[in-house]
Parts: sequence; structure tokens; C-alpha cells
Amino acid sequence: MSLSPDAARTSPLARIDRPGQTFLLLLLATAVAVPVLNLAVPPSSPFHVPSWLVPLFGKYLCYALLAVAVDLVWGFCGILSLGHGAFFALGGYAMGMYLMRQIGDRGVYGNAELPDFMVFLNWTELPWFWHGFDSFAFALVMVVLVPGLLALVFGWFAFRSRVTGVYLSIITQAMTFALMLLFYRNDTGFGGNNGLTDFKEILGFGIQADSTRAGLFVASALALGIGYVICRLVVTSRAGRVMMAIRDAESRARFLGYRVEHYKLFAFTLSAVLAGIAGALYVPQVGIINPREFSPASSIEIIIWVAVGGRGTLVGAVLGALLINYGKSYFTTVEPESWLFILGGLFIAVTLFFPRGILGSLAGWWGGWRAGRRAARAPAPAPAPSAVEEPAE
Amino acid sequence: MSRFTHSHRRPSALRSLARLAVLTLLAMAALVGPAEAQPDDALRALLPALAEGSYSDKGNAVIAFAATGDPRVVPVLEAMADRRLYTLAADGSVVIADEVDGGFLVRDPLTLEEIGVVAKAELEQVKTNNGLRSTIRDALGGLTLLGPDPAQRLAAASRVFGSRDAGALPALEAAIAAEEVEAVRDAMIRARAAVLLGSGDQEQRLAATDTLSGYTDPEVRSLLAAMMRGEADPQVRAAMEDALAAIERTLALWRFAGSLFEGFSMGSVLLLAAIGLAITFGVMGVINMAHGEMMMLGAYTTFVVQELFRLHAPAWFDWSLAVAIPAAFIVAAAVGVAIERSIIRWLYGRALETLLATWGLSLILQQAVRTIFGPNNREVGNPAFMQGALDLGSGLTLTYSRMYILAFCLIVFVGLILMMKRTPFGLQMRAVTANRPMAQAMGIRTGRVDAMTFGLGSGIAGLAGVALSQIDNVSPNLGQAYIIDSFLVVVFGGVGNLWGTFAGGMTLGVANKLLEPWSGAVLGKIIILVAVILFIQKRPRGLFALKGRAVEA
Amino acid sequence: MIAAAVTRREPSSALLYVDDVTVSFDGFRALNGLSFYVDPGEMRAVIGPNGAGKTTMMDVITGKTRPDSGRVLFRDRYDLTAMDEAAIASIGIGRKFQKPTVFPQHSVFENLELALAGRRGVWPTLFARLDGRQRRRIDEVLDTIGLGAERTRPAGTLSHGQKQWLEIGMLLIQDPELLFLDEPVAGMTDAETAQTADLLRGIAGRHSIVVVEHDMEFVRALDVRVTVLHEGSVLAEGSLAHVQQDPRVIEVYLGR
Repeated sequence: MSLSPDAARTSPLARIDRPGQTFLLLLLATAVAVPVLNLAVPPSSPFHVPSWLVPLFGKYLCYALLAVAVDLVWGFCGILSLGHGAFFALGGYAMGMYLMRQIGDRGVYGNAELPDFMVFLNWTELPWFWHGFDSFAFALVMVVLVPGLLALVFGWFAFRSRVTGVYLSIITQAMTFALMLLFYRNDTGFGGNNGLTDFKEILGFGIQADSTRAGLFVASALALGIGYVICRLVVTSRAGRVMMAIRDAESRARFLGYRVEHYKLFAFTLSAVLAGIAGALYVPQVGIINPREFSPASSIEIIIWVAVGGRGTLVGAVLGALLINYGKSYFTTVEPESWLFILGGLFIAVTLFFPRGILGSLAGWWGGWRAGRRAARAPAPAPAPSAVEEPAE
Repeated sequence: MSRFTHSHRRPSALRSLARLAVLTLLAMAALVGPAEAQPDDALRALLPALAEGSYSDKGNAVIAFAATGDPRVVPVLEAMADRRLYTLAADGSVVIADEVDGGFLVRDPLTLEEIGVVAKAELEQVKTNNGLRSTIRDALGGLTLLGPDPAQRLAAASRVFGSRDAGALPALEAAIAAEEVEAVRDAMIRARAAVLLGSGDQEQRLAATDTLSGYTDPEVRSLLAAMMRGEADPQVRAAMEDALAAIERTLALWRFAGSLFEGFSMGSVLLLAAIGLAITFGVMGVINMAHGEMMMLGAYTTFVVQELFRLHAPAWFDWSLAVAIPAAFIVAAAVGVAIERSIIRWLYGRALETLLATWGLSLILQQAVRTIFGPNNREVGNPAFMQGALDLGSGLTLTYSRMYILAFCLIVFVGLILMMKRTPFGLQMRAVTANRPMAQAMGIRTGRVDAMTFGLGSGIAGLAGVALSQIDNVSPNLGQAYIIDSFLVVVFGGVGNLWGTFAGGMTLGVANKLLEPWSGAVLGKIIILVAVILFIQKRPRGLFALKGRAVEA
Repeated sequence: MIAAAVTRREPSSALLYVDDVTVSFDGFRALNGLSFYVDPGEMRAVIGPNGAGKTTMMDVITGKTRPDSGRVLFRDRYDLTAMDEAAIASIGIGRKFQKPTVFPQHSVFENLELALAGRRGVWPTLFARLDGRQRRRIDEVLDTIGLGAERTRPAGTLSHGQKQWLEIGMLLIQDPELLFLDEPVAGMTDAETAQTADLLRGIAGRHSIVVVEHDMEFVRALDVRVTVLHEGSVLAEGSLAHVQQDPRVIEVYLGR
């Protein structure tokens, strides 16, 4: 993972490595191909992508963006957040609130002023925090602001007092757990157990329409691409190297004069914002957001996407998210009993046998193979390296 | 007798048949009754006098009747005072009758056995006037207040409290003087105060108010509140106000005590759940996310043991927990050791990886239990001695199951402390906690200590599972419900010190329950979470953290 | 009380002035009224048996541990007890840990780049570029610590001695006024130890250096003023030869 000393001097585009370029090209191809094959190719054709697949793929892309966000903090900053599902869900709720307001009087109770669940609870007026969500622009601001602010405040408290390692993991988990309890309550004002659903349209487009779904798919691909590029630029900057330095030897970084908490806070907040955006794109495609997204289990699952794909590689996070979620879709329909066995087994297998994940292991083999070739060409013995130290946790 | 009838109008043949039946019944009662209760004769002989003669004759008869001190007198006199005492027109015998659908239900006044239903015309009411009724009440009050059965005396005292009949006062005074049972005496004093509250004398009313302020039951409160509204004397009124406030304070204190108990009860459960976690984290630096599932295994072990008891030895069911406790410990500990040897030992020094691997394990264990036992709640019974509750009055009840769990938790905790302090294994464990390389250098087989420690931590989780099975649903999700709380206890209490875990568990439990009435359960929990997060700002290593350089190495 | 035997100095003339500092951990006094000073450009060796408080002293000066009482003044201006590690590092106090601590996954070059003097905030480092002068500075330090050939190697693969040097280099490149080195030759071969002594003597004068060491040969090779710590305060001070003759020192440390 060691970056060439010249990396920082080259243009931003060149800071995206070969796997990254491949990924971006594939993403671009998918972003074009899926809508075209869905909308322009007739259903009779074998190349037609059926309409139900488009939001499913879109959902995977949102998960991939979420995984990239988690990789930024875990892979590069060493912060194992077990609460990123909360940021994802908050972004999702912000979008969901906009979508609820768009229902207008088409709800079951036909109340133009209040969402159905408020009518059901005999509420007479809109709570203050629902105001403004009629506006798409306002909702977008909230999608970024709410997760970002929560991460900022939470992170400020946590990092300032040097809560690290498993302690940090546990309090992030407690954070999402607390939010889950809060959102399950009817009085909190977010639809309680059922969450927000029955959306009708987004920006005036029917939410079920093929063209809307295609548009959301493209937006998700775009968000993933941009999110990836931002993260990549951050981790290849000197700030990124400081983050990795913090991950590997926190106190050394501190004694070099770096304000460790500022770097962590930056990474954590950026990551939360990306997670929030992923959540906002996720909600219109799956058509519902409910408190289960806050459950600690959902947050831990994100970690395994990243671990399987390869922690600290960004592209690996995308790969892991896609593979595992495809696996989940497949197994929960074919053999629902087996899924938790598989997922649990994955957690154990990856940590025991593939701690670097798919991409990390591949890179290791590739590096070893190249080193072997170089050694074969120039048989001068390389200086024997001492044992590589485990990164300090 | 020949005009006895059934409630429904029927053809005369049927009616005669019914009469015959009633006659037979009465005859049988006459035959059987004396055989069952010999002194019945004497009492029964006094019955007719109650219905004969002038009011003053009847009054004398009442006094004579009551003087027998027989408890069976009470319903008769009560019925008389309530004008429910009749004579049968046919033979003049005294009965108790109550209006029912289509007539009057007639009962024998002494045995209270139902005789039948008759028309109103068949009955003649035993007439009473105010003076007589007052005599009856006095007799009744004195009689039952002085009766041989404490339960009855208590009931009589409550009756006086309810009626606040000044006429009962002399009897009450006598009874108070004679009473030896504390609780009954107390009830009598309360009754006297209630009566005196309505007296004309300010002094007496003030004294009564003062007496009543020592009671917390809702009747006293409503009585005082009602009297206060009608009270003209400002001084008495103020005294009543003070009394009510004092009662409220006492009640608040009781509620607080109740919350405290619930808090300690919850704390004991949290402690049981967290202690194994704290041990494994303290000694090995391992966060075991499957810890909750170890509790679940303990609970399911209890379920299986109980099923076996139900099948093979239902008579011994109360002893099932005695088997379940060691069984749950052994099952969970064995699984724990297996986990340590197969997974965790490869991950030492990588706490975050361990966290993920054990999470995976928890998913597998949950699904395995779901596959074997099904996804629904399993019924785990309480042994008889754990059912029910101890009522301390003033709305404070302590369920036995929670009291036993509290005791169980303390026993486990003390046992653990002793084990840590007194046994070679405990010594080795503490050595490894303090300085692993040094312990290793001194010849302690740290691998074995790790396996045993993990086994011990898991075993205690298994014990926690037994306790949980007694108060919570046993389902595959059992562990998940407690794991986050247990983590908070560990984070809050700090690792490497069992007392820290103890303080952490009890503090969180009590804080939770004290917050609950004020904020509601969910919000209370959220407040606790936020408080813990803020707390570790000040003490990032917990309440009882080790200080110094060694910890940071 | 023992500290009173050491000549008191006016704070203004010293670069670092530690005055009557006490630190306790759970009742155990790691530092007990420690007073101590370092002159500008001075190299100082601190010795003392295990538990004498050497590392705790450095923890206090570099901001890792807050003292229970006492003052720590740097350049007569900064009260170090009120500052955190990063702030202390940025005013020119560097510290090398006992266990060599470098960034194992970064190359040697990157390790030095991160240590390079410069703005340390998130925003500046996000857009930071290395200019020619900075590259030359890194090359210069690479030469000084003799790791020029290893510049692209991940630091984690360096030998133990090389890591020690890299860490010293990371301190040097910050151009600190005061350097704390905790056992810089622990685990080094004799040849490496000699090289390190040369290296330190070469940089002394431009920087004040405090070396905490167990290795008497190394201290002798440094040939500087020695401070002996015992039970959290200064037992003796002077040349190595002088302190070695002090009966109290022989009693608690050398005599054993």
C-alpha cells in the first residue's frame, strides 16, 4: 500500500491507480448499459434488463458507496465504526421525509397537510423538524448536514478524549443502537416501527416509473464514482498518509505534531456524509426506510463487505459490497436458513485466513510474483527484511 | 312450606315436585346440620328471638346472640342491619334472603347454604329501626373486633374505617387495648383515627389527622382529601394538608425504594451478563461479540433440562434449576473453550479482528439455535419457590424471581472474587492481566490460562442465561438484547477490576430504573447511552481503570 | 530534598526547566519533586535503575502525562504542563520512543516527509506538495542517518537499528530545539551503537539532546554530563566519572 513518493506531485487524475481506473471504467459502462438495456431494448430481446433488476442494482451501488465510506475510516484511519448504518439511515430518512411530503393528499387518509402515520396518531400539525422537507434542495442539504453534524459532534467527543480501538467501536455501536430505539418510537415523529414508505414521486417523476428508476440508477453510479474519486484523492494526499500513519502508530504521529483528533474527525465526518448520500439514494430505489437500518447488526455487516473486499483499498470495498449483497439476495431467496451461516462463516474465514481481503490478497500475490520475476532477472540478494510488524491496533 | 315455588312459573305438577325437592332439602339440612356442628343447636335456638317482640326485645336478643362470640353470628347480624333478614311465612324460621331475578334467594343464616328461591309474599322482613341498627352495629363491631380470629378482627377494623361509625368507638377502644397482633392493632388505630376525624372536637380531629399521616394506603389518602375539602376549621385543614403532603413524601420514598430494587435487580442481571465479558476483555484483550449467545446457550440449556424433568421427573421439577445451573455453566464453558482454541487464539493482539470473528460466530450460533429449536420463544418455567412476590405494602412488591436472581448474582460474584484471590488459577489469571510477557517468562502457560479464562467467562454467561430464562423470553435473540448493555457496563466500569464491573452494572441498572418513571423506558435508555459516552470523555478507560504506563504499552 | 543538592539555576538561562514535578499513579510516586534543567545546545545523558522515573519524566515533558504538581518551562515561555503532545512537538521538542516507532507501511521517504517541518493541519496537508527545497532536506537527512539506499522500502521491513536511525532522522528533520531519545541503542549491535554515538555527537550543538540510556559504554562514548534519577528525583549530576564515584549512586544503581 506504500505509495510512491512522487504520487503527490502528479495530477489528481494520475493519483487513481490501475484498479481504480478499471473500476471507474466498468462503473461508467454499467451506468450507460443498464438504463439503455432496460429502456431501449425490447423485453423480448435476451439483452433486455428487466425493470425489477434496475433498482436492485441501484441498491447495490448505494451499498458500495457506503462500503467506500466505511473503508475510508476503517481502512485508512483505523477507526472501526460499528455505527455507520446510522449515518446511512439518517441520510435515508432525510430523503424519505422529502418523499413523504411529495405524497400530498394521495395518502390513505387524503390529508394534504400531514403524512398518513401522523393522521393515524391523531396529530394535528406537522412537527417543526418536518418543515422545509417539501423542498428537494432543503432535503439534499439535510442529507449531507444531518449525518455530517452527528459525526462531527460524536467524533469530536470521542476523538478528543482519545477513545480508540474496541472502546470506540462499542460506543459507535451504542450510538446507532440509541438512534434505533429513538426511531422505533412513534412519538419521535418518523413513522415509528413502519418507517416512511408508500412514496409516490420524486421531483414530479413517478417513483415506480422505469425512467425514474433508470435515472436513480445513474445517479447512484455517479455518486459512487464521485465518492470513490474523492476518497482516493484524500488517501493519496499527504493528509491521507497522515491518516495511515495514525492508523499504524498513533502516538508517533502525535509526537510529530499532528493533531490526531482533527484528522480522525475529518475522515469520520467525510465518511458520514458519503454514507448519508448513499442512504438518500437508497431510499427512493427500495421504496422504504425504517428503523431496522439503525440496528447494530446492519452496521457490522458493512464491515464485512469491506473486510471481504480488502480493507484499505477502496475498490475492494466496492467489490465486497457487491459480492456479499448479491450473495445475500441469492441465498435468502434460495435457502434462507443458510444465509446467516454463510455470513457468519465469512466473518470468521476472512479474519482468520484472508485478513487483507480479496483485493489485498491479490495485490500481495501480484507483488510477490513481480518481486520473484525481478529477483530472477537480477539475482543479487535483497537485504533480508526483518519481520514486518503488525500494525498497532 | 307448600307454597314454595321455583323462579319460573310452571305447571302445578312441576311446582309440587319442586316443593317436594325443597322440602327434602330442608329436611336433609335439618338432619345433617346438627351432626356437622353440634354447638349449632345453641346458636340456632337463639335465632327466633331476633325476629320477635319489640325493638328493645330484639335489641336484647341481638346482644345475647352476639355474646356467644361465634363467628357465624356476623353474617346474621349484618343481614339484620341491612334488612336482609326475613322469616319464612310458612314456618317462621329465620333466613337470609336476597332479591334475585324472579324472587328471593333464601339461605340458611348460619350455614349460608342456599335453600331455594321464593316469592316475596312467602317472606316477612325482620323489622329494624335506627336504634336497633345502632345496637347491631355496636354488637357487630365489638364482637368481631374482639373475635378470636385475627383476620376477622382485621376485617372488622377495616369495616369501621369504611363506615367511620362513631358508635363503634367504645368497642374499638376496648379492642385496641386488648389487641396483641401488631398489624391488627395498627388497623384499629387507623380506624379509630378515621372515626375521630369526623368528631366535633378540634383537638381530636388534629390528633386523628396526625395519626393518619403515618399511613400511605390510597383509602387514607382519599379519606383525608375528601375530609379536607369539607373541613371548615382552617387549623385542621392545614394539618390535613400537611398530612397529605407527608403521605405523598412517604409514598415517593417507597416508590424510590421500589425503583432502587428494580435497579439493583436489573443491575444484577447486567452484572451477570457483563462479568464474563469483562474477564475475557481484561485478561485477553478480547471483545467477545458472541458473549450474548453464550447466555442464550445457557437459557436453552435450562429449557432442555426442564423439558427432561417434565418428561421424566415432573415431581422434581422444582429442582430443575439445581441441575440447569451446572449444566448451563458446563455447556457454555465448553463451547467457549472450543471457540478460544479454534478461533480466538489465532487473533491475539488484534482486538478488532476478534470482534469481527466473534460476531460471525454469534450469527452462526443464533441461526443454529433457530434451526434446532425454532424461531419462537420457548417456555421456561419458574420453580414454585420463585413464583409470587413479597408485598411490603405501600405499593412495593418484590418478585421472588428477581430477589433470587439478585442473590444468585451476588453469590456468583463473590465466588468469582474468591476464585481470583484464593486459587492458583486466579493468581495466574491476574498475572496474565497485569503483564502477559512477564507471566509467560515466569512459566505460566498463558495459552492454557487464556482457554480457561475464556471458558470461565463463557460459563458465567451461561449462568446469566439461566437467570435470564427466569425473567425473560428464551429466544434465539436473547443474547442480542443484552450484549450492548453489557458492553456499556464494561466500558463504564473499566476492565481488569471486577469491582469496576460490579459498580458499572449496578450504577447503570439503578440509573436506568430511576430514570424510567421520569423519562420513559426508551428515553431513559438513550439518556444512559449518552451519559456513558460523555462519561468516557472524562475517563476513557472506565470507572476503575488501571493507571500508569503499563496499561498503555 | 535530594534535588536541593543540585545547584539551582535561574530559569531564564535554561532551555528546559523542570521544577519540583510530582506524578503519582494510584499512590505510587513515579516522579517525586523532580527538578532538572537543560541548557541550549547541551547534550545530557539520564540514567537510573528501572522505575527511577525516566520515561515518566519524558511523558511529562512531551505532554503525554499531566503532573500532579510542579512546573515545566520551555524557552522560558511555554508552560508545557498546559499543552498537548502535538502542540509541544510543534514548538520544537521531539521524542524518540524506547521501542522504535516508525510508520511501518509507509516508505522511508514518506516517513521523513510526514516528519518534515511544515503545517500540520488537515487542510494544508490535503493539498500539500513537496517542493525542491523540501526534497533536498529529506535527502540530506537520509544521508545523515545513512538510509539513502532504503528510501522506497516500507519502514516496517527495516532492521531494528535502521528503524532507530529512521526515527532519529524523523526527529532531526523537524529541526527541534530539544530532542528526547529513549534508549536509542537498545538492541543495536556494537558497531551500530558506535555509529549512533557518532551520529548524536555530530548533531549535538545545533540541538539540545537528552538521552535516556542503560548502556554505560554508550554513555561513556557520548562523554556528556550525566543526571542520575532514583525514585522519581535527581540523585546526582555531573560527569560520568564523577557520578560513578558518588556513594549513593553506587548504592542504588551501579553497585548492584
